[in-house]
Amino acid sequence: MRIAVCVKQIPKEHERIAFDPETLRVRRDGKLIMDDSDAYGVELALRLVGEAGEGEVIVVSMAPHDEETGLRHALAMGAARAVLVSDDALGGSDALRTATVLATVVARIKPDLVIAGTESTDGYTGTMPIQLSELLGWPSLAFSSSLDLVAGELRARRETDDGVFELACPLPAIATVTSGSVEPRYPSLRGIMEARKKPVEILRLSDLALDAAELEADGASEEVRSIIPAQQRAAGEVIVDDGTAEERVLALLSEWKAI
Amino acid sequence: MTALPKNVYLRYFPSGRRSEMNMGSILVVAEQRNGQPLPIAFELLGAARELTDNVLAITFGQGATAGAKLLGEHGARSILELGDLAPGLPAPRVAAALAEMVAEEQPTAVFFGTTFDGREIAARLSARLRRPLLANVIGLEPTDDGPVAHHGLNGGEELATTRFINAQPGIYLLRPKCFAPRDREPASTATVAHREPPEAGATDAVRVVAHQEVVQHGPTLDGAEIVVTGGRGFGSVEKFAQVAQLAELLEGATGATRAAVDAGWAPYSAQVGQTGKIVKPNVYIACGVSGATQHLVGMKDSSHIIAINKDPEAAIFSVSDLGIVADVNALLPRLIRALEARR
Repeated sequence: MRIAVCVKQIPKEHERIAFDPETLRVRRDGKLIMDDSDAYGVELALRLVGEAGEGEVIVVSMAPHDEETGLRHALAMGAARAVLVSDDALGGSDALRTATVLATVVARIKPDLVIAGTESTDGYTGTMPIQLSELLGWPSLAFSSSLDLVAGELRARRETDDGVFELACPLPAIATVTSGSVEPRYPSLRGIMEARKKPVEILRLSDLALDAAELEADGASEEVRSIIPAQQRAAGEVIVDDGTAEERVLALLSEWKAI
Repeated sequence: MTALPKNVYLRYFPSGRRSEMNMGSILVVAEQRNGQPLPIAFELLGAARELTDNVLAITFGQGATAGAKLLGEHGARSILELGDLAPGLPAPRVAAALAEMVAEEQPTAVFFGTTFDGREIAARLSARLRRPLLANVIGLEPTDDGPVAHHGLNGGEELATTRFINAQPGIYLLRPKCFAPRDREPASTATVAHREPPEAGATDAVRVVAHQEVVQHGPTLDGAEIVVTGGRGFGSVEKFAQVAQLAELLEGATGATRAAVDAGWAPYSAQVGQTGKIVKPNVYIACGVSGATQHLVGMKDSSHIIAINKDPEAAIFSVSDLGIVADVNALLPRLIRALEARR
């Protein structure tokens, strides 16, 4: 059982994303860390390989400047090795281009299963893994809150507005996992030490033999034209609960015709 | 037709601009459940009709035929229904059908709602056509170079505008509750036709092993007039149950912050925020919610907001009509008792 986990390395200060004033792209020149929402995929992958009793978890990522801080975190959790695509020509890549690049990486490492988060915390487009699935021609189980292998099939639980689904598909396949699905392990001290020695393979576009035209999507792209401050809602009153704040709430709910 | 949703981005449609444009046609992927189009379907049609009169709706799933006529009454010129697509999941085959239709119709744009299925179908179409997509669109502004899309950044503190270059069709994922539906026109002469979607190959190999419909107590998160949301401040899943209790007393819906979902206290489908749902109820009550930017973007356009947090500096207070500095586990039991006493 070989499982590839897509890990995004996002700015450490992702509570407030900074944009380059010239290019209007997200600034990725500062410290990058592993997106928290990818820890669930790493955890699920480690458990599946553990239950299978054989195999390995490979972390896959695309990031500028050979950044590997976030990958070392996943390796410290227990992943065996990492593959990183880093190339100046990939700056400002959108979800489709990222999927196109990662599809070549997946074709190279030939996993049975690819796991990714449902969306990243910084860009939150939320489409890359499914674009990857379509490019590879693999089935996908999106928005999974659990993953299991049953008789060589992938099983997933999916909770949507339409209820709870138990889904199954043959391998190879792609799954996206929601946050909160499992409790991700913290890297142990030993894990952190071992992670320093685990292999991180860094690939350039030239290593992937990617067709330039494919990457360019026939010249189709999107551009950010402007980023401006948005109109803000004004703050109201702040009171300290003196033991009767519920009366204030009831009065307002009544005024707003909510009760 | 009901009143316009609150805080609709009508200001992005300056009157008279549309006639200057030659927008071509727009395909709208209109989701429905059991014959009833989802609110987002009407919002997508409304947004498309602000750009062109030539709007083609695509609908699918059980009851699709019954719901098709309503789509015509809300702005679609013609409607194609793809059948119930059972027993698998619809996305691969809908995307395959859309790819065929794009080749035939050469539309300028394809509109999807930011829903579980909408996101998946849009992603598949994007990969099939090798065309980029714009996600999390909250406004559209017609210009002579085609529509400019608006997106909220950093919890809505900043507004980004984007557009496609040489991307026909442009694939757009629109957020719910940001666009106004049109008034219903019962006299619509829209045509409804069936189209058999093509096979989608290995991507369509997903089986539904079991499906359990969630019994909906009270309104949905999207449709509720009152939303009560809980965050990390509760400290445990047992105490978090007070959120649902309060929501039920107010006949509202229960929401959760990402932190609460991450902690496993609530399902992902209850998440309010940037990665989750956008809600705009009459009253939003945030309990034990710090007000991370990722959460604010999902709720700050509510008509009225009450926030309870023990930290007087909590960011949630910056968007609240009333902020109460209190421990939720002290105040909520009293609030629940006071509401029960009114019954």
